[in-house]
Amino acid sequence: MKDKIYNITLVVLAAFVLLIASGMIYSLTTGATNAFSEFGVFNFISSTEWDPHPEREAYGALPFIVGTVATAFLALLISLPFSLSVSLFTGEYFKGTKIASVVGTVVDLLSGVPSIVFGLWGFYTIRPIMIDMGVSQSGLGILTASIVLAFMIIPYASSLSSEFISMIPSHLKEAAYSLGATRYEMVKRVLVPSAAAGVSASYILALGRALGETMAVTMLIGNTNNVPGSLFDTGNTMASVIANQFGEADSLRLSSLMAIALLLFLVTAVINFIGKLVIKKFSY
Amino acid sequence: MKFRRLKNNIFLSLIILFTTLTAVPLIAIICEVFAKGYKQLGVAFFTQTSPSTLDAMMALQTGELIPGGVANGLVGTLLMVLMSALMAIPTGILIGIYLAENTNNRFAGIVRFTADLLQGVPSIVIGLIAYTWVVKPTGGFSAFAAAVSLALMMLPMIIRSCEETLKLLPASLREAALSLGCSKFNATFKVLLPSAFGGIFTGTLLAISRSIGETAPLLLTALGSSLVSWNVMEPSSALPLLIWEFYNDPNLISLIWSCSLILLIIVLILNITAKRIARKWRIH
Repeated sequence: MKDKIYNITLVVLAAFVLLIASGMIYSLTTGATNAFSEFGVFNFISSTEWDPHPEREAYGALPFIVGTVATAFLALLISLPFSLSVSLFTGEYFKGTKIASVVGTVVDLLSGVPSIVFGLWGFYTIRPIMIDMGVSQSGLGILTASIVLAFMIIPYASSLSSEFISMIPSHLKEAAYSLGATRYEMVKRVLVPSAAAGVSASYILALGRALGETMAVTMLIGNTNNVPGSLFDTGNTMASVIANQFGEADSLRLSSLMAIALLLFLVTAVINFIGKLVIKKFSY
Repeated sequence: MKFRRLKNNIFLSLIILFTTLTAVPLIAIICEVFAKGYKQLGVAFFTQTSPSTLDAMMALQTGELIPGGVANGLVGTLLMVLMSALMAIPTGILIGIYLAENTNNRFAGIVRFTADLLQGVPSIVIGLIAYTWVVKPTGGFSAFAAAVSLALMMLPMIIRSCEETLKLLPASLREAALSLGCSKFNATFKVLLPSAFGGIFTGTLLAISRSIGETAPLLLTALGSSLVSWNVMEPSSALPLLIWEFYNDPNLISLIWSCSLILLIIVLILNITAKRIARKWRIH
């Protein structure tokens, strides 16, 4: 009897997770209906206009989609040498040593630093450097946001890929050594190719993080509602435009923000899905 | 041969270099926040509420320290974290148990997949959801709404960490309990959960520390308040929200560092404690 109640409670609670997820999709969709019916789904996605003026109100998501994709991919690119080094450092070269656990702690702490503190660091440390280098006058923009974002996603990209790298069976490595390979050649020809699926999955998951990051990006991207022409331009991401405009948003604008949130939700869900799928398919 | 060896050495040096560089932002952030923030720390900083712009401006003109503190933020953060922990921890653990006990069940697979999906939802989107679900129906911004958004973020983290820990336990543990005539309920709660305590506790602490630093959803749910409010249905402040407010007010901007310092200390201590416990209670 007790077991029966226990079982039912667990199943009901588990169903609660599904309820939350479907509730999210439902709420975002109903919230976005207004904007989608006013502008049309396709038009909303492809329009570059963002004009809150009451008489000619028009909203389009393209500038923010471009801004999001640009910052996220640029951040991933910048973080690549760092996270790959960290994962090789902890997963292969210094595997199981004390120094590796120190590096592991540092990376863990890096992932613990709140987004808003990263934003402050970017604003007061990276921005002046960008101004000195003559990148842009304000020092704000896609590039500045991406640099800070890159450091924020290093922990996500490196900890998972380090696990995959350390799981490569040693007979594979020994085979390479016995053929006379140097360690570098072994890493390049054996280790990285065999761990490639897992490593790329962890980068995909890190990309998902970068797409949705809000506070640090809001503080550094410059918050202009235009399609950025270059990496040094200011812009806005889907997350930062919601954070920025929510305070003064009313009916149609709020609905447009909901629509952007729905798009962001779907994009991150697809990215995460692909990442998990790759891990599942190639895990040992 | 010499060339290959050289390449090998260069590669290793590059890995060490980039790994070391990864620590730079962490150290830079901690140093900067500490150096600029420690002056403001005193008893008053923990007991008084945040100053008004006018008070701060007068203090700045006479060159004194800005009066006031972050008591409203501390109380707000405490209330929000307590409420969200109460909502997310019990449900998360129970759902985690369900997933660990039903590894090959189709329904459990869907729930597991959905929990993963929820974990990837950007925090700003969670904020909009909590706004739709709580702020709109209850008619106002509140600490409770913020707690709901934080709980939504914590839930999938706790579910997955609980499930992973329980799965690491040897099957013989559970079989021994059942063979002694234990009910399923007792086997889980008196044998398995205590053995998995360390892992679950670590996951919970990490989820809490993540939610303490979260800013974006609070912008959309808690709004902020300059008073200490114990009423959870009223707008409330929180430490990260205060940083955001100070950052946007030129008179108060020097307070961002001391506020960040407190936030950083809390979050990093929670992080380190979690890792320590994980190491101590590791399941072999």
